[in-house]
Amino acid sequence: MPDKSGKPGKPGKLTTRNWSQMVALAFGAFIFLFPFYYMLIGSLQKKPDTSIAGAIPVHGVTLDNYAQINERVDLVRSLVNSGIFTGGVILFTVVFGVLAGYALARLHFRGQGVLFALMLLVLTVPFQLLIIPLYVMIVRSYGLADTYLGMILPFAINSTAVFVFRQFFLALPEDLFAAARIDGASELRILWSIALPLVRPALVTAVLLTFIGPWNEFLWPFLVTKDAALQPLAVSLANYISNIAGRAANPYGAILAGAVVLAAPAVALFVAFQKHFTSSELGSGVKG
Amino acid sequence: MPNATVTSQVQDHTGPTRPPPKRRPRRLTTIFGRHPLGMALAAPYAVFLAVVFAYPLGLAVWISFHDYFFTAPGMKVARPFVGLENYRTALADPAVRRSFLNVIEFLVINVPLTVILALVLATALNSAIRARTFLRVAYYIPYVSASVAVVAVWLFLFSNGGMINQLLGPLAPDPSWLVNSHLAMPVIAVFVTWKQLGFFILLYLAALQNVSRELYEAASVDGAGKLRSFISVTVPGVRSATTLVVILATITGANLFTEPYLLTNGGGPNGASASPVLVMYQRGIEQGSPDVASAIGVILVLGVLVVSVVNRRLLERD
Repeated sequence: MPDKSGKPGKPGKLTTRNWSQMVALAFGAFIFLFPFYYMLIGSLQKKPDTSIAGAIPVHGVTLDNYAQINERVDLVRSLVNSGIFTGGVILFTVVFGVLAGYALARLHFRGQGVLFALMLLVLTVPFQLLIIPLYVMIVRSYGLADTYLGMILPFAINSTAVFVFRQFFLALPEDLFAAARIDGASELRILWSIALPLVRPALVTAVLLTFIGPWNEFLWPFLVTKDAALQPLAVSLANYISNIAGRAANPYGAILAGAVVLAAPAVALFVAFQKHFTSSELGSGVKG
Repeated sequence: MPNATVTSQVQDHTGPTRPPPKRRPRRLTTIFGRHPLGMALAAPYAVFLAVVFAYPLGLAVWISFHDYFFTAPGMKVARPFVGLENYRTALADPAVRRSFLNVIEFLVINVPLTVILALVLATALNSAIRARTFLRVAYYIPYVSASVAVVAVWLFLFSNGGMINQLLGPLAPDPSWLVNSHLAMPVIAVFVTWKQLGFFILLYLAALQNVSRELYEAASVDGAGKLRSFISVTVPGVRSATTLVVILATITGANLFTEPYLLTNGGGPNGASASPVLVMYQRGIEQGSPDVASAIGVILVLGVLVVSVVNRRLLERD
């Protein structure tokens, strides 16, 4: 809370009050991070040790659990499937989302208002309502069960990303566009050479936001893929948890090893690009 | 620290209202709008929304009023209109009613906890001097991780002989957390709060940038303490963000599936933690009654709409 001692601009000086605040924040961080630490430790232990002392590995570490889960779930294959699913969604979102966002922000055309209203509606209707009709359409009518296309289709263009693109294009100064038009630039050229380079940070934010969806999605690929060779890691790990785990020698170790493999790419990506995932980037996406 | 420049540039929904640069035949302009190219650029997205959103939305409602069952592709069968029959079947099913009560229990725990913790942590983070980036990243790590992955570690932590019970010793609940019909849903509600909190902290952080600093100074001059100015300045200052957080948390709660399915092994003891979407999956796809499942879905969405409207009214009145 802003007070005389607590505002940025006076860095380095910690009063008692700030200390208590920092302790609370650090405690929060511990609660958020401990399960991830525990996930990693649990995946490296030979036997599950649930005692408090078990949180600090002293008996040496092993990669046996990774080998064990890899016997049941082809980790590389599943990661490739997750990658194709996620990559497909990102590709469609970046290409068609940018075009739609630009048109919604900067051009005037018939049906614009309807499209914008529909986009907002997508953001508020719970996706799971559509599970049954989408299953009927994609699996039963189009026969797209056990295909990458069937997996990707419902997520192909992320509406939140379209909204982020629109907000960023809207924030560009109008003079820029007027000047380019006076110079005789076509609308496509304005988009490609002027607007797009200016919203490059938004591209990263939108790609990060889009990544979370398909990489972590469970229900839809679970419904569409029955063939284990096509299942993304989230689905194959979930199936392992609910079916096979009981029979493994160290089920928790193997499950946690799979969880580490599933969580690591997302965590690494968001740590590496953390400056593109701040409140201001998101604020522009969800407000307006 | 995240700044508010982008946020402050966000404009209203109406878009630019600028006269067209080039003269076009007026007839064409009235048919296609000033930039016909816009239709071409937006067309793929418009088709996408029509095919995987608008049409399925209509289909869901249509299915819920008809006697619908799965058939082989291309087969023509009669699907008679049955009125509210599917809704009656759904609401007469104790498992369905239980799942709606479960989701209400979930929301009663999850939403207030989310709002309070997110706002308190965002406020603390906003005035933190050190390790701000580290803390911000630490808070949203659960949000960006797959539910399936973090469910695995919670299963381990909350299992019968798990670390939480070891810590509690004789205070450990019996039966254990996830197989206890009174505790399964609260554990799921706390899990989802923990997982989603980072995103809501970011929303509140953005909103806090727009609370005028003079208000805090005025409160301080009037002798308001830290708690007082939090209640009198911060809470009203971020009210519109609170509305958004409540609505988004409600939607997340209505979408609940993975956690009851995996954390409590398909809905907990006697369906104590089954969510409506889980029941939709069981009735619709496992048991082949998509019509009843669609009716459950429509009731669920109507419920979310009602909750959202009520929230808005309650939170935004003066």
